[in-house]
Amino acid sequence: MPEITMVEAVRQAMKEEMERDETVVVLGEDVGEYGGAFKATEGLFQQFGEYRVIDTPISESVIVGVALGMAIIGFRPVAEIQFADFITCGFDMIVNQTATLRYRTAGDMHAPMVIRAPSAAGVHGGLYHSQSPEAWFAHTPGIKVVVPSTAYDAKGLLKAAIRDEDPVVFFEPKYLYRRAKDEVPEQEFVVPLGKAKLLQEGGDVTVVTYGSMAPLCRNAVKTLEEEEDLSIELIDLRTIMPLDKDLIYESAKKTNRVVLVYEDHKTLGIGAEIAALLADELFEYLDAPIARVASPDTHIPYSPPLEEFYLPKKEDVIAAVHRVIEY
Amino acid sequence: MAVKTYPKEKLLKLYHDLLLTRQFEQRLSILYRQGKIVGGLYLSRGQEAIPVATCQHLRKDDFISPVHRDLGAFLVKGMDPGVLMAQILAKQTGPSKGKDSFLHAGSKELGIIPPTSILASTIPIAAGVAFGFKIRGEDRVAVSYFGEGGSNRGDFHEGLNFAGLHKPPLVLICENNKYAYSTPVEKEMAICCVAYRAESYGFEGLIVDGNDALAVYDTMEYAVNKAREGGGPTLIECMTYRISGHSEHDEAKYQPPEEKEIWKRRDPIENFRKYLTDRGQLDESEDQRIQTQIAQTLDKAVAFAEQSPYPPPEDALRHVFANEEPKYGDRHHI
Repeated sequence: MPEITMVEAVRQAMKEEMERDETVVVLGEDVGEYGGAFKATEGLFQQFGEYRVIDTPISESVIVGVALGMAIIGFRPVAEIQFADFITCGFDMIVNQTATLRYRTAGDMHAPMVIRAPSAAGVHGGLYHSQSPEAWFAHTPGIKVVVPSTAYDAKGLLKAAIRDEDPVVFFEPKYLYRRAKDEVPEQEFVVPLGKAKLLQEGGDVTVVTYGSMAPLCRNAVKTLEEEEDLSIELIDLRTIMPLDKDLIYESAKKTNRVVLVYEDHKTLGIGAEIAALLADELFEYLDAPIARVASPDTHIPYSPPLEEFYLPKKEDVIAAVHRVIEY
Repeated sequence: MAVKTYPKEKLLKLYHDLLLTRQFEQRLSILYRQGKIVGGLYLSRGQEAIPVATCQHLRKDDFISPVHRDLGAFLVKGMDPGVLMAQILAKQTGPSKGKDSFLHAGSKELGIIPPTSILASTIPIAAGVAFGFKIRGEDRVAVSYFGEGGSNRGDFHEGLNFAGLHKPPLVLICENNKYAYSTPVEKEMAICCVAYRAESYGFEGLIVDGNDALAVYDTMEYAVNKAREGGGPTLIECMTYRISGHSEHDEAKYQPPEEKEIWKRRDPIENFRKYLTDRGQLDESEDQRIQTQIAQTLDKAVAFAEQSPYPPPEDALRHVFANEEPKYGDRHHI
């Protein structure tokens, strides 16, 4: 199996889906001849032409709105928001127009479309090229939210998202675009939405994570196992909404200790919801308070020492695991 | 110059649709006072000619994105009056099955994108529909309605810019009724006319008397034909006036009485009736026949809506995702 990067996986997913289904179109800023700011759409314009790969003005409201209009009449648009931070400018189109369409038409109309956006920090992007806005959308009924952490998952999940009948917001951690590299089969496959992945089994503590924090957690777990003889169960959520409660619960029942790791701001992030669910439904299984490792509630700074301070580190995960074990 | 003539049946259909719209709204006004409409009521009294006359030129497979004063567009586009009435009464038989209010109703089959309360937001969506028609090489048209108030939002400008770039078969209908809720047009924008904005995006902007049903009809005919033939978008600004408050609960004391009086004399339906009778296209018995037919239609529609059930409460959880089973976040799981 060839080893490819996450950005190449994203590109392959779009290419294959466009070849498979002529209603799939790609639109966004600089996605055409240039191939996208991160080259995720490279070659698609040359292969499919200007009516399948549509360059748009700097108009996020138009990118999402036009995609929605096309979805209503039978297209399957894949809209690219150049950086997840800019998604705010298309926020109304996603939250008030797209997410509600099925509901307010009682199922008569729906929006099978994907909104892709490179998200998260770690590349010195500063305040406007670093945010992780998944919680905003996970909080909105009617939208599915996906954040892959591997090239394999990125390809399989994006293909599933394009085929899905609901609108999917697909955040690609840009830190991993070229760092996440793995073997991806050449034959057809999809990774179903709504299913978390058990990265490794263990008995002492459950670590639940997703996106950019998944490789960091793998690393932390490796250290814990090698140096301390601990057995850690590691779960990558992959889909934030709908959340795979079953796998999280199953694991928490087994290990009785849970650490939640996410790059987004700590307060009211995805981890807050999972902690609340566990407290609600699995309280009697827990032997320790649930620990959260996340970023502080500040803006995401530019200068290397500031950004490094801001982001969760391997040591934070290790400390959190110690905390729940020693409780 | 030769005077344009119209087939009598087209004129009478337009007259019928105008009257149906007004009388439908009169019924709604009564139902509102009876407390049978649970939410707000936003009427098009005095500006019915805009949605009604423009939709005369549309086919069932064309798409419209109406706003809250376009009740006539729903009727002309083919929505059953009883079904529309049921929508407004929040009943299960309305298109949104009680999910959303008033005219927030759509129909894929009839080509109606449901309005939302975010004004002008449907312009980029309608532009997407029109762009899709263009890509597929279809001669279908998308029509987006909005007020002069909505034209101040970014979505209007982003949508028009996209339309100017790609020249899809899009017709933009601005209903300039001089008020955005209580704010007069002078406080909304520094120019007199929304139509001027079209030119800066690279396509034609036309201004028409929105209270002259035939003028609206003719202008729309031009724009729709142009769109179908690949001539791209047109913005038609229909100058009109909101004769009553923003909604039925708004007494609109901010509207000067003398201003209202001027516009009441410019009633689009009364004037069109006079046009027809002056030219011998409508006599009293024909008028009576149309009136009776409309009254019967509306009696039936009100009865249907009133007799329709409210939706079952648990339907509040349906239609969020394609998978109907509420799996997550429903309050009953605790």
